[in-house]
Amino acid sequence: MSDTVLEIKGLTVRLPEGADREFAIEDVSLTVGKGEIVCIVGESGSGKSVTAFTVMGLIPKKDLVPVAGQILLQGDDLLKKSDRQMRKLRGEKMAMVFQEPMTALNPVVKVGDQIGELLEIHTNMSRAARKTRVIEVMKDVSLPDPEKMYNSFPHQLSGGQRQRIMIAMALALEPGLLIADEPTTALDVTTQAEVLELIKDIQRRHGMGVMFITHDFGVVADIATRVIVMQHGKVVEQGTRDQILTDPQHPYTKMLIGSVPSLTPPDRPEPKAAEVALEAHKLNKVYGTSGFFSKGRVVHAAQDVELVVHRGETLGVVGESGSGKSTVARCIVRLIDPTGGDITINGANIATMTEREMRPYRQQIQIVFQDPYRSLNPRRTVGQSIVEGPMNFGLGAAEAQVRAEDLMRIVGLAPEALDRFPHQFSGGQRQRVCIARALAMEPKVLIADEAVSALDVSVQAQVLRLLHDVRERYDLAMLFITHDLRVAAQICDRIMVMQHGVVVEQGRTADVYANPNHPYTKSLLAAAPGRDMDFARLA
Amino acid sequence: MFFYIIKRILATIPVMVIVALFVFLMLRLSPGDPAAVIAGDYATTEDVERIREQLGLNEPIPVQMYKWIAQLARGDLGTAIFSKLPVTTLIGQRLEPTLLLALCTIIFTVLVAVPLGTIAAYKAGSWIDRFVMLFSVAGFSVPIFVLGYMLIYVLSMQLKILPVQGYKSPFEYGLWEFLRHMILPVITLSVIYIALIARMTRATVQEVLQEDYVRTARAKGQSEFKVLMFHALRNAAVPIVTVIGLGIALMIGGVVVTESVYNIPGLGRLVLDAVLARDYPVIQGLILFFSFIYILINLLIDLSYTLLDPRIRY
Amino acid sequence: MANVDQDDLMADAILSRKENPGVVSLMLNNRAIFWGSSLLFVFVMVAILAPLFTADPVSINPINRLKPPSAATLFGTDFLGRDIFARTLYGARISLVVGIAVAIIAISIGLVLGLVAGYVRVLDAVIMRTMDGLMSIPAILLAIALISLSGATLGTVIVAIVIPEVPRVVRLVRAVVLTVREEPYVEAAIAAGTKLPLILSRHILPNTIAPLIVQATYVCASAMLTESILGFLGAGIPPEIPSWGNIMSEGRTYFQISPWIIFFPGIALALTVLAVNIVGDGLRDTLDPRIARKM
Repeated sequence: MSDTVLEIKGLTVRLPEGADREFAIEDVSLTVGKGEIVCIVGESGSGKSVTAFTVMGLIPKKDLVPVAGQILLQGDDLLKKSDRQMRKLRGEKMAMVFQEPMTALNPVVKVGDQIGELLEIHTNMSRAARKTRVIEVMKDVSLPDPEKMYNSFPHQLSGGQRQRIMIAMALALEPGLLIADEPTTALDVTTQAEVLELIKDIQRRHGMGVMFITHDFGVVADIATRVIVMQHGKVVEQGTRDQILTDPQHPYTKMLIGSVPSLTPPDRPEPKAAEVALEAHKLNKVYGTSGFFSKGRVVHAAQDVELVVHRGETLGVVGESGSGKSTVARCIVRLIDPTGGDITINGANIATMTEREMRPYRQQIQIVFQDPYRSLNPRRTVGQSIVEGPMNFGLGAAEAQVRAEDLMRIVGLAPEALDRFPHQFSGGQRQRVCIARALAMEPKVLIADEAVSALDVSVQAQVLRLLHDVRERYDLAMLFITHDLRVAAQICDRIMVMQHGVVVEQGRTADVYANPNHPYTKSLLAAAPGRDMDFARLA
Repeated sequence: MFFYIIKRILATIPVMVIVALFVFLMLRLSPGDPAAVIAGDYATTEDVERIREQLGLNEPIPVQMYKWIAQLARGDLGTAIFSKLPVTTLIGQRLEPTLLLALCTIIFTVLVAVPLGTIAAYKAGSWIDRFVMLFSVAGFSVPIFVLGYMLIYVLSMQLKILPVQGYKSPFEYGLWEFLRHMILPVITLSVIYIALIARMTRATVQEVLQEDYVRTARAKGQSEFKVLMFHALRNAAVPIVTVIGLGIALMIGGVVVTESVYNIPGLGRLVLDAVLARDYPVIQGLILFFSFIYILINLLIDLSYTLLDPRIRY
Repeated sequence: MANVDQDDLMADAILSRKENPGVVSLMLNNRAIFWGSSLLFVFVMVAILAPLFTADPVSINPINRLKPPSAATLFGTDFLGRDIFARTLYGARISLVVGIAVAIIAISIGLVLGLVAGYVRVLDAVIMRTMDGLMSIPAILLAIALISLSGATLGTVIVAIVIPEVPRVVRLVRAVVLTVREEPYVEAAIAAGTKLPLILSRHILPNTIAPLIVQATYVCASAMLTESILGFLGAGIPPEIPSWGNIMSEGRTYFQISPWIIFFPGIALALTVLAVNIVGDGLRDTLDPRIARKM
């Protein structure tokens, strides 16, 4: 097939000794044709990124060795190329866009020069000609005012603009193959939609083949021509977008797609009139000092936030980065001091309490954080972490142990594992431990601050189910902070949308999703990737 | 940018005040009678009284404090007990050799240490990396004067290729004589400094090489040499320059020793002479002077950040 | 479906019993630590058992002045005919005592000040500006000034070396505290109502131990060097005590004819400091790869 840009045949890459398996990827075969966007989907550890980096020749040679197979770029076997030949091909025949546009750009070099560097390496163009071409490609990726932006440094641009710079860089020499490694994962949902649209657009206009690495089935639904599913370093299934999404054959693919939360909220019974567990009134948090020499930059991280959570109900707080949703959570747990307003719990206003006055109320309000790897003290057993709280409030060691064992069972872990250290658990298991630790305090209010955002989609589904179950079991009031509209749709009874520290809309989840009022809510919902696909609904 | 500069300059004031205060309190709070200690074991009561008078220790503390501040504000660093000359005059007489020694050392150090550290970082785990690490551990371990005497013994006494000791001013004896006499002191003084900077450069460059933008540069097909120069070193510049500045303190200590080993009539020798003559005001004045220089150099380095890193701009 | 998942998880948690290799076995496996501490052990034993090997380090023998090394006097003699070998062995005691004492005192003071600076906002600026001020005074000059004010004894020399070493320890501890206190597990402990003393001792202090042990070796090495420099400049411990710095200071005049007076104690000092530094590097690599990259 002359239209094939990239063909990988039986590629196997060995992991260094002492790794948890022998091969990073094993017998991987796939093709990327001209004018195709091929999505490689998989969870962490599936080998999808190793595949991409092996094609580019960017894997650390000491640790990862390709031991079998071929990588044919327009018929040429890349594994047989010398370093010098590979350097020539990189940038010219194949280009790559990375996940994190902030760190992928050199912070001390002007972005224009960073694009120009590519022309400097591969062409004999004069300085002026290079600049003209750079501005041309910057226009091509719809960057505003390219002449001026040429002289900007990466930190002066927004995340979306930075990713456009990366794409412009990839485009500059019109390579036949573009490899995109999770290019929108670090971006906010509205920016993500724009960047996905841009990639589709340039792919169409330039007729290149795109290999698109992602973990997100929403993105797959939006962008893919064909889909390749990987698990534990092997390709388990491949097919066209519609085949994979609507009629998956392999059980793993079925499970993955089954785990993606649907954007359509389930029908929920009308909430019973329950007691108010948590209330915030005119909650404000202002950052920034107006010092003598600083220009007095003040950030209103939260502005006049009003919220009420009843027992047995989940209130979702959704918004993009910088919306102030986490600030609200941290104020309520009093990890930071609110600048103004009231936080009422059990009839007491905790907003202005001193740490000493606050202590008795700490029992009633607990939090689960985003990063399961940093949420547990690595030097203490999970048992010690779980009993720490209750024992602070006078529970005896023996009773605390019993409570910890019960909770381990409830969160789906073996009680025998209590004397293990956190590094012996997987991310999802650690998040279960964190939930057990929060529950050990027997709180009235549980705050989940992006508690499932760092987890793979299948684990995410399990932890969401667990959160839902414990809320029912203990009649908790839950405040669920998330940027993910799909997750929010499935777990929240009511929802509150924040933008720049202000609550722009709130209401019952089903109502907000069906009839968003505020333009920002509308744009968020419109930007959610894969909104046309109907994914799983959580019970 | 302008505010940043003003802010950095103002930020040095409390540090200088603390140095001045510390030096002031050191004399007043030291256990026993400093005047008696300074006067020595064979001094008469009159000698002790005279020294107490000279140090201004007779007056109430607030008056002493006031006089101290007023004196420093005039740029007066005190008066030597024996020669009765102002310390600033003494410093002026001895400044040239020390300044040139320090300058040569810094230039030599940077020229050797930065490339060495960069190569070691790039070739992590190779023999050159191990050599650099070994050299830096050894450099931190050999006392500077032992190294000095060993160099004299081998190069000057046995091989007789370099002069044993002494200082020849380039303005009187010409550049060649000056450099011949400078070689050993510069090597002696720079070893520990090279060890420090090579090690820091290695660590920083190694860290920068892990960064995503280095991977981006490789994805563009950039050659390894340019990746190292254009991307890695430019980003490693701020921490490296910072350590060069912090190392100045280390070097000032080394100057005292080196000048005494090689018999160079600079500020280091002035310190030593003052120690032997128990001339405390000179020691005190030199502390203030060296600290001031150190703070000044580090201020300049702080300001250079704005050129090295566009993110620092307020 | 849900039950199957949970059973899998339970089984998984029980099966994945990967034991954490102990710190001790890690340290023994590190060649740097092994050789460094072996060398150091030899020096310590030699220092303690010095009287068994050698003659009186202060006995004067004017007939045997400035003798080169020989079978009778291994390292030669000095201008009063004193045995350099004996003096070098006894000198080890002073160096080791100064090194260890300075390390312990500087780390203790630095730990307390660093914790306070890291946790008490009000005092942070005061402490850190003071440390900046102290750091801008060259260590050797500061020590010289302190000693010339309060008289040269072993005690004042130790104090004079401790003071300039403290700021670096404070900065290190403060940096660790500031990083760790932002960790979610510390916030979780706060949310669980754990009181400040427990938060410090359970969650924060353990993180400072590894970097402090490493720092202690560097402080110890640097203190031994400073002590010898002070002795060499004639500003250290009283000259009648045979410290390495003092021996070498006395050897300066006779360097051109009797270089051994400086070389032997000099080599002994360099090897001791080297051993300490090697142990420090080894510990740094084993205990915390993160600091390894920073230093």
